[in-house]
Amino acid sequence: MKFSRLIFANLFRKKIRLLLTVGSFAIALFLFTFLAVVRGAFSRGTELAGADRLVVINRVGLINTMPLSYGDKIRQIKGVKYVTHNNWFGGVYQDEKNFFPQFVIDPENQRQVMTEMRVPDDQWKKFVGDRQGAIAGRNLANRFHWKVGDRIPLQNALYGSTKTWEFNLDGIYTNDKEGGDESQFWLQWDYFYENVPDQIKGQAGWWVLKLDSPDEAVGVGKAIDDGFANSSYETKTETESAFQAGFAKQLGNIQLLITTIGSVVFFTLLLITGNTMAISIRERTGELAVLKAIGYSDRFVLFFVLAESLVIALCGGLIGLGLAMLAIPVVAASLNGLLPPLLLSAASLGMGVVLAVAVGLASGLLPGISAMRMRVVEALRRV
Amino acid sequence: MAIPVIYNFRSVKARWSSAIVAVVGIAGTVGVFVAMLSLARGFKATLVSSGSEDNAIIMRAGATSEMTGGVTIDTVKIIQDKPGIARGADGSPLVTPEVVLVAPIPLISTGTDANVEIRGVSKNVLEIRRNIKIVEGRMFTPGLNEIVVGKNANASYSGLTLGNTIALGSVHWKIVGIFDAGDSSFDSDVWGDAHLIGPAFNRPDIFFQSITVHLTSASAFQELKDAATADPRLNVDVTREIDYYSKQSNRLTTLITVLGGLVAGVMAIGAVFGALNTMYSAVAERGREIATMRALGFGGPSVVLSFVIEALLIAFVGGLVGCIAVLPLNGLTTGAMNLQTFSHVAFAFKITTELLAKGIVFALVMGIIGGLLPAMRAASMPVASALREL
Repeated sequence: MKFSRLIFANLFRKKIRLLLTVGSFAIALFLFTFLAVVRGAFSRGTELAGADRLVVINRVGLINTMPLSYGDKIRQIKGVKYVTHNNWFGGVYQDEKNFFPQFVIDPENQRQVMTEMRVPDDQWKKFVGDRQGAIAGRNLANRFHWKVGDRIPLQNALYGSTKTWEFNLDGIYTNDKEGGDESQFWLQWDYFYENVPDQIKGQAGWWVLKLDSPDEAVGVGKAIDDGFANSSYETKTETESAFQAGFAKQLGNIQLLITTIGSVVFFTLLLITGNTMAISIRERTGELAVLKAIGYSDRFVLFFVLAESLVIALCGGLIGLGLAMLAIPVVAASLNGLLPPLLLSAASLGMGVVLAVAVGLASGLLPGISAMRMRVVEALRRV
Repeated sequence: MAIPVIYNFRSVKARWSSAIVAVVGIAGTVGVFVAMLSLARGFKATLVSSGSEDNAIIMRAGATSEMTGGVTIDTVKIIQDKPGIARGADGSPLVTPEVVLVAPIPLISTGTDANVEIRGVSKNVLEIRRNIKIVEGRMFTPGLNEIVVGKNANASYSGLTLGNTIALGSVHWKIVGIFDAGDSSFDSDVWGDAHLIGPAFNRPDIFFQSITVHLTSASAFQELKDAATADPRLNVDVTREIDYYSKQSNRLTTLITVLGGLVAGVMAIGAVFGALNTMYSAVAERGREIATMRALGFGGPSVVLSFVIEALLIAFVGGLVGCIAVLPLNGLTTGAMNLQTFSHVAFAFKITTELLAKGIVFALVMGIIGGLLPAMRAASMPVASALREL
């Protein structure tokens, strides 16, 4: 590129302005990526849900339990491969603020159903043999600096009088799916069962089933719900993703909120950079006219202006994305489990670059076209 | 010392196209700032107004919310004889042992299920929660399968209209009244007789989530709390109702405030960059004007002041635009899940004058930061060479 020196010389003509424009670009891109990541965190549960998994809950409401014996009936339905029963534990670790989901699990079947949540075999073996055993997700363990072998007390007011339950952390699970949930805490069904009042014994909160194939989801779901219709505990069977989506929707219309903020940011950015470009071109009308007067084509002038705004956009964009990559882990840590894990995906980075280029082109286009169209004589006459 | 402020007004007017960058940047930032805070405010206000100063809520010790609480009928009987509890017109203690649970009811807006809070209450509940009024129909009759619904529940969830019958749990309920709870979270509730709600959801009818009592006066709280704590038969926490509800809103409010503050803070840096750009080019374009003023005898501080005033003017306009742009949000009802109880609560954006004032102050701070450096450059320009400049 023989013109690159000219472009760069022009860029650095006003260093402060360059710095500020690149800076505001970087900030906008940073915000945009950040919002995309937060938005992604809220919808990820739905996206990562297993297509071949169903969740069975009480039709009356999520917090109502059902007889444990339903599990055997569900298992006999054709198309069901594995069934695991779960319950909500709802303990508090040290302080209410340290919220994380705790599930009472069925150690026999949990691993077969939740295949993406991996626990090393030796840790799992220890957990199964340990009545007070517990498994924590990797994120959760990192959050509270737990390591295998730690003793973890949880206060629980949900079952009988308030008391402290003690657990041994026997293992840590990781999630095969990128950005998948690693914040759960699993405890043994038997330990739970022995320590709750009689009316809760023999009750399960929900079942998760793994199917032979995703195609059978509709048929199996209907078979289960029909089978328990008109009993005193009617069920509601949904695919895991429908279940997660329903839950996420109730959080409020976060998607809309984030999209709105994102567009405000984007619009603001477009105006700022567009206007700065326009000002810097307007200041150089005379120079551009000279370029045209010595024989450069209209198209070249347009290209010249566009190239300048593109360079600014790309520099700013890349800085912003770099900042996002640095900042997101810090923010995720400081939010302290308030949000699902924040994950910066290659897709949102790519989207960021595309956006930067688009804004760069758009903001250069208007001044570029007016520079292309200007009449040399008039421009030169103007002081 | 004084430079006519009218000069700054006119120069902003003459260079409006470059000022608009700063105006839009600041307006966008202030808009996001005010909107996010008003969302958090609205949610908090909705929950806080649910509680009242002269009510106390009693739950099992250690319970973090009503959903995790549990008290038996024996506790209720002991509590109602404690001192500090007001008595109703018929002489009975103003105590409502309540069954609280959630049931899925579709939202009218999206058709998807929301977890609606179902609350079984005692028949004298309106004497205890005095800010709640039946606005249509009548109160439910104890012992009958009748329910009353809050005005937001009536507007947000399908099937909760007066005279309609709806299945909740294992029972069909007739909706006989709509109540107005003064924009508190109870407005998203469905209320029925506690003795029927529990069994309809397979709960034993001797078991409640919480007890709310009306105190003889706000100052009687300590007396009741001491009496309950001293009784060895009881293992409960006594909390002022207003404190309980303000704590309930913490998790979601923190989330919105942290995220909103972060976004607005970062945006503010961008907006300051925009303002700096505008002001620097204003200074650069006006080299001769500034030099002329200096030559006429205006001192450096006057020039600095003049440009800072100009930046403040731009920022003020930006702040105003931002505030006006988000003003229509005020009162707009939205819904969110209370992260402490997992029940769906309808609430409205709440834009107060205080919040708007904060927005304007925020804008002015951005204006000062964006204006000071360029102003100082303007003041330090050598007069002679600037006058010579073309």
